Amino acid sequence: MSNGQNERREMTGAEMVVQALKDNGVQHVFGYPGGAVLPIYDEIFQQDEVEHILVRHEQGAGHAAEGYARSTGKAGVMLVTSGPGATNAVTPLQDALMDSIPLVCLTGQVPTSLIGSDAFQECDTVGITRPCTKHNWLVKDVNELAATIHEAFHVATTGRPGPVVVDIPKDVQFAKGFYVPPQIAPRTSYQPKVQGDLEKIKAAVELMAGAKKPIIYSGGGVINSGPEASHLLRELVDLTGFPITSTLMGLGAYPASGKNWMGMLGMHGTYEANMAMHDCDVMICIGARFDDRITGRLTAFSPNSKKIHIDIDPSSINKNVHTEVPIIGDVGRVLEDMVRLWRASAKADKKALYPWWEQIAKWRARDSLAYKMNNDVIMPQYAIERLYELTKGMDTYITTEVGQHQMWAAQHYRVEKPNRWMTSGGLGTMGYGLPAALGVQIAHPDALVIDIAGDASVQMTMQEMSAAVQHNAPIKIFILNNQYMGMVRQWQQLLHGNRLSHSYTEAMPDFVKLAEAYGGHGIRCEKPDELDDAIKEMISVRKPVLFDCRVATLANCFPMIPSGKAHNEMLLPDEATDEAVANAIDAKGRELV
Amino acid sequence: MNAQLQPTGSAYFIAKETEKPENHTLSVLVDNEPGVLARVIGLFSGRGYNIESLTVSETEHEKHLSRITIVTRGTPHVLEQIKHQLERIVPVHRVVDLTVRSHESGQERPLERELALVKVAGIGEARVEALRLADAFRASVIDANTEHFIFEITGKGSKIDQFIAIMKPLGLVEICRTGVAALNRGPQAM
Repeated sequence: MSNGQNERREMTGAEMVVQALKDNGVQHVFGYPGGAVLPIYDEIFQQDEVEHILVRHEQGAGHAAEGYARSTGKAGVMLVTSGPGATNAVTPLQDALMDSIPLVCLTGQVPTSLIGSDAFQECDTVGITRPCTKHNWLVKDVNELAATIHEAFHVATTGRPGPVVVDIPKDVQFAKGFYVPPQIAPRTSYQPKVQGDLEKIKAAVELMAGAKKPIIYSGGGVINSGPEASHLLRELVDLTGFPITSTLMGLGAYPASGKNWMGMLGMHGTYEANMAMHDCDVMICIGARFDDRITGRLTAFSPNSKKIHIDIDPSSINKNVHTEVPIIGDVGRVLEDMVRLWRASAKADKKALYPWWEQIAKWRARDSLAYKMNNDVIMPQYAIERLYELTKGMDTYITTEVGQHQMWAAQHYRVEKPNRWMTSGGLGTMGYGLPAALGVQIAHPDALVIDIAGDASVQMTMQEMSAAVQHNAPIKIFILNNQYMGMVRQWQQLLHGNRLSHSYTEAMPDFVKLAEAYGGHGIRCEKPDELDDAIKEMISVRKPVLFDCRVATLANCFPMIPSGKAHNEMLLPDEATDEAVANAIDAKGRELV
Repeated sequence: MNAQLQPTGSAYFIAKETEKPENHTLSVLVDNEPGVLARVIGLFSGRGYNIESLTVSETEHEKHLSRITIVTRGTPHVLEQIKHQLERIVPVHRVVDLTVRSHESGQERPLERELALVKVAGIGEARVEALRLADAFRASVIDANTEHFIFEITGKGSKIDQFIAIMKPLGLVEICRTGVAALNRGPQAM
């Protein structure tokens, strides 16, 4: 992409920005113009290699760029103005930091001479975004601009990926300087370790070969490592015959139809996955970070297992859970070695795992995701099952918002491939799914992109329907509408004596009319027997769709590990009577989130 | 260490702290660029780590490298996290736990020195006594008139603490301390 004619070419800072984007392979930028980025927008206007997607709010730009990044494996790029433009970008930046999404955010800044003077639309962007980025820069010299943007892409996309901010004062955008094409040489202080220690990998393989009750627990790191890592993970599971579970972020790395698949683990994970985590003797954690949603009570977390932890970020090792065999490196590289070493030794006998699989079969027979079907009201789980059945053969990408619907989607929508499941895991950002779907659709114009949404979350970034209509992005917003902030209400029932403080939305918009107002298509469905036809209609419409799926208002999301409990103390759906729910958490657990 | 941070990050049961907190001295080599100190300090405040002392200055001018010396307090587990979290900061080149390193080479602790300027005002007997004690502590007088002294004293933190405590009844006015500068013994670099 970089060519000789760019060698030290003189241009303005604004031209450099656009040139640097091109040289870093950027095709789409999500953004919103404003005073401090006008020179860059002027350059964008005068070219057509980099396409700009105009959103309606900077948060939407960030989540769209995240969806774009997560579904393509490339960096997502957003461009916003100074002051409120930058502060509105904070939520997606933190979201990307917690979920390790490569995101490059370019912000305009007031001219250098005005910095610190409380100028119009000034804010300390690098100060505000310092804790919510992997790294950030304020560029005061136009001659450093190009190199800084190249470095920003390098930092965002290598090692443990994450968000970066480049803050560019308006006078730097106007100033002339020399452009340098992307430098290959990385800076000395930033050299993430990608190759795992072979001795450690050998020790891991040995431990695995002797395991009687092993489990693989994989996470978003497998997806971040690229499609090859998912391929190797599948190979490792086939070779070893080990059961596998995954975090919310890792869904799709191993196919949900795979025979060793146990379903998601954690707070709303399956009974078999959590029980197997608790009882296992060897745990292989691959690209996950022992988040509190996964571990439950730490002191009771998988008490009798030896743990192998593969992670590219050394600070993830031993952070929450002690690991016997830590392997620092890129998941793909480590798995390559692991698979090779396993093949070479290959002494393990899959028959040794039979008793373990028998035990797992007993847990599975508990059918922890079961729910009571209802002929008059659509059960939310049923809605997702039907959505899955009617879309599974298609080129489908799923995004979600945050809440009960997100957990139901994770439980019942069976993701088969990596990069097909976009959700806000670490930060839990309501309003993520709709703009993320826009970003995914821009990257994959012909794919079926569905945001499985809740009625509360979707209203947080509803305005991006307008952006979807403008850019002909036929995203499908499948709203499980129960008129509650369902997860908030579920916790109020569990923790606060069923006092439903402000978790009911009394004035719900008419989503069908709303869709039409935006220039999209609205569908409402209230009966289970009408659901299939309605979903088919949604799929066939080549327009953004708001699908108002009226579901059982008081359904709760089970199974669940209540706060302060261990993996083997799950609350299962058939046991979750009103009394059990009310007493599930003791006084100490009530203080926790 | 703040007991509520054990186990880190998790909002499930707050486990009782079983490990004992220790003071450790860390050396951090960083690019001397704008904001780098804010990143380091922000990490400590953001994650609830303690800073007992912090010293920073550019040490290799031609490479624009600064050396930050931090004395922090935490359990071994937290100290390991602090080191790894510091290493994640992009302009950080190296992080060495000097205390751990000194233990490895059989020393009790790294070489640590601090400089303090101590202003003492007074007349008569107290003034004479202050000067006499300063001499015993090998503190030098860098400014004086008939009513005050400013002493410059260098040494371990404990020595300076002691000097200050002694000066208190003798008319101590104000103190400025640099914070700890530290190196490990022996020929090797950090």
